Amino acid sequence: MTLSPRDRTVHPPALAPAYRSTALRAPRHAPLSMPSGPAEETGPVFGHDLIGGTDADLVHNFSGAPALGERIIVHGHLRDEAGRPVPDALVEVWQANAGGRYRHAKDGYLAPLDPNFGGCGRCMTDAEGRYAFRTIRPGAYPWPNGGNDWRPAHIHFSLFGHAFGQRLVTQMYFEGDPHVALCPIVQSVPDAAAIDRLVARLDMEGTVPFDARAYRFDLVLRGRAATPFEGRA
Amino acid sequence: MTETSSQTAGPYLHIGLLPNASGLPMYGGADVGSVIAGPEVEGERIAVRGRVLDGEGQPAADAMVEAWQADPQGRFPPDAARGFHGFGRSGCDADGVWTFQTVRPGPVGGASFLTLMIFARGIGLGLHTRMYWPGSSDAVLAAAGDRAGTLVAEARDGGLWFDIRLQGEGETVFLDV
Repeated sequence: MTLSPRDRTVHPPALAPAYRSTALRAPRHAPLSMPSGPAEETGPVFGHDLIGGTDADLVHNFSGAPALGERIIVHGHLRDEAGRPVPDALVEVWQANAGGRYRHAKDGYLAPLDPNFGGCGRCMTDAEGRYAFRTIRPGAYPWPNGGNDWRPAHIHFSLFGHAFGQRLVTQMYFEGDPHVALCPIVQSVPDAAAIDRLVARLDMEGTVPFDARAYRFDLVLRGRAATPFEGRA
Repeated sequence: MTETSSQTAGPYLHIGLLPNASGLPMYGGADVGSVIAGPEVEGERIAVRGRVLDGEGQPAADAMVEAWQADPQGRFPPDAARGFHGFGRSGCDADGVWTFQTVRPGPVGGASFLTLMIFARGIGLGLHTRMYWPGSSDAVLAAAGDRAGTLVAEARDGGLWFDIRLQGEGETVFLDV
């Protein structure tokens, strides 16, 4: 199961000068291209028994009492580049609380911690490649990048497919957030359509009436070609 | 369809990916990737350590390193030895040092190596590399030419040591696989 080559035009370049942290962390050499082999075409196996009852419910999975903020469902489909669902894949998320503060020792933002919000969750995709989380909408927050920079509200996603070479870490943004267009991290992606695919859409059909609104965020992992001739769709 | 774009894991990746190690008690206390090879796996036990360093040689203390490897017979899950998971995660300490307790993988394509992925603030797409056991040779090392040495660990303190230099002199060879 050869991996199709990674299309680097949809990913941030190593050096993105407007995102200052890349200056000393961007390799100067181009990566060495090589065909995939067993080490990239296999990947960690996680079972559904890994996931505890409230792991995917960030509203309740820290203290048990509900977190403060706008209650939302974030859900979507995980597929590969050939459009095939990716079932039984581990999805991990983390985020700031409703005020824009992370429960992290290094985050000293003025907004207070919410005693009932941890800020991480996980689930496995189902047989059709679907995932869902319940959480609160995270707040925007300022960050040190040399000026008056604010991150758009976002949720970090970590994805495993069935091959370690499909590994993907990304961020989900929210429809209508004006900070998306202003953020050097988002705008390091050199393709406007690719940025648009990082923006979750309000999904009224997925809303739980009188409880939580829903946002839909679909994700695509690198393809695994069954033969060298079965490429991307 | 096109692959979803990557975005940096940012400086707070620990609460999502290593919550228990970062002081956020979650999931019954066990982080994913805390055991690469369970105690029932027979093989050469070894501690693998190294640093992640930036272009000025400063530690990237916020980085996370993931490891993926074969079992002592060179097999990957799900076909590997019982109790062998093959996947590890490590944060870095203030000196940028990451650590894995594992078993030596059997040769794959002629050599023993760990696949490593590095995630951190300032890294937009996770960096993919390999750490080879000393004395290795294979097609990847050959293709790396005079930089191949950046992919080979050194013996130290009874284990192996492997510095990952993100940029500059001795920059590690990263792979596009």
